[in-house]
Amino acid sequence: MEVNFWDPKIETMPQQDLKALQLEKLKKVVTLVYERVPHYRKKFEEAKVKPEDIKSLEDVVRLPFTTKDDLFVDYPYGLLAVPLEEVVRLHTSSGTTGKPKALFFTKKDVDAQAELIARNLVMTGTTRGDVLQNSMTYGLFTGALVMHYGAEKLGVLVIPAGPGNTERQIELMKTFGTTCFHMTPSYALYVASVILNKGLDPKRDLRIKRAYLGAEPYSEETRKKIEELLGIDVYNCYGLSEMGGPGVGFECVYKEGLHIWEDAFLVEIINPETGEPVKEGEIGELVLTSLNREGMPLIRYRTRDLTFFFTEPCACGRTHRRISRILGRADDMFIVRGVNIFPQQIESVLMGIKGVAENYQIVLENYDEMIVRVEIDREFFDGRIERLLKLKEEIVEKLREAILVKPKVELLEPGTLPVSEGKAKRVIDKRTL
Amino acid sequence: MYKVEIISIFVENKPGKLEKITKLLAEAYINILGFSITDARDFGIIKFLVDKPKEAYELFKKNGFVVALNPALGIEMKDKPGGLYEVVKFISSKGINIENALVYVAESREKAYFIFEVENFEEALKKLKDNGFELLKLV
Ligand SMILES: [Zn+2]
Repeated sequence: MEVNFWDPKIETMPQQDLKALQLEKLKKVVTLVYERVPHYRKKFEEAKVKPEDIKSLEDVVRLPFTTKDDLFVDYPYGLLAVPLEEVVRLHTSSGTTGKPKALFFTKKDVDAQAELIARNLVMTGTTRGDVLQNSMTYGLFTGALVMHYGAEKLGVLVIPAGPGNTERQIELMKTFGTTCFHMTPSYALYVASVILNKGLDPKRDLRIKRAYLGAEPYSEETRKKIEELLGIDVYNCYGLSEMGGPGVGFECVYKEGLHIWEDAFLVEIINPETGEPVKEGEIGELVLTSLNREGMPLIRYRTRDLTFFFTEPCACGRTHRRISRILGRADDMFIVRGVNIFPQQIESVLMGIKGVAENYQIVLENYDEMIVRVEIDREFFDGRIERLLKLKEEIVEKLREAILVKPKVELLEPGTLPVSEGKAKRVIDKRTL
Repeated sequence: MYKVEIISIFVENKPGKLEKITKLLAEAYINILGFSITDARDFGIIKFLVDKPKEAYELFKKNGFVVALNPALGIEMKDKPGGLYEVVKFISSKGINIENALVYVAESREKAYFIFEVENFEEALKKLKDNGFELLKLV
């Protein structure tokens, strides 16, 4: 496989050097917010920690977390670490209620994020001469603009298409020979189906080689489907406005997890309940500290996104660690018999068992009983009860191995459970305390 | 061929299930010749021997049921004490494991059959054929 680098020195920097670089940057950013941001100073004082207490990377756990609520203290300019005249860009991110989160960037911040995008694009084989159709929303949302600046920095021809108007999207692809596009996965799936329904042959009539899909979680199956429909490579990208938008994590050509740029972010994965780091390889909440930002640095920001670290080094030679695709939200976590469990853990076990259909439900009852209700696969049923009993046993055993709690399993007819649409209600808690 | 076909339906333990299933059969004028229910607490399997198995299979499938159609064997039972014992003894003497069974009394009421599923239908048929017992032929 061809492996390309934008900044080989940084991208393949030995972990040890990378850690030293992180520590140096961490000290700097902690001092910066302590001196310039009253809210951070207050938080640090409450946590009885001072910048000089950070002597090693491990000391990061002494620092308080930043949550989304902190972004609304002294809103909107309160977390700025530079005078307002240094700020050149505002992005917002809609919360579930009320005001949007407001994120500010200096010229240097904008450029640094573009630099990360350039790395990402090169990492997946994009070069000068490529034509990138940018079909994310331009505007307050970081998705399109950040990608746009990064692609320009690399020297790619950018078509600022924005989302929607599928006919025009396809016209643009045909007319200008689009070689890559940037979209949400759900829209990409739709565009792909329209392309095929029009009778276009993607290989003959279009020049698309790869797609960058992000801004919403999607499964490996969706990736494969889009890749097959269009005969292209699909790369998963992760980002959040709080950390500068897309480009925080990106897949390389091996497509096994997303490299997070550790010279730009200090990455932790924690137990969302206790705040303690999880064991390497375990699922937890992604916590990021921006190491390069000067406008509005964020310390230990709780993303609420669930992921895990890959423990093996990547075949591409990059030393920056990889996280899994986003598995869900930390808010989905529940506790049974003292054990933290995510629906995603259960889902990944179930999806690996033959005979199980897509839908499932977790019911928690009194005395901490967990019942996993599973729809069986129509094709699996052959009239034999032994086969079903064996299936049930297999599910119980594999779940127990994965989550350390032995559940009760109920087999259901397909179509019994509510169909999952995005955030389906998977967990029903009937426990009364 | 000496073969009958059994319809198996996967059901969750919920009230009204059996009623819905038998209603479907009645409305399609499909005659139930025999049936059995196996219960595994949270779910069960209902098995039917009917006069039109293929039709019944399609009917259940169309109505969203989890259903399977399997070949089975039927052996005549003598109408006397020990009739069933003789049949079962014969089957096990051939080293055949009975997976599931039901009883079918022919319309004439003169003959009764022991209907059973086995793991390997073809192999069981070969072993049981031409051994003095009458095998039922419905398909
Ligand atoms: Zn890699």
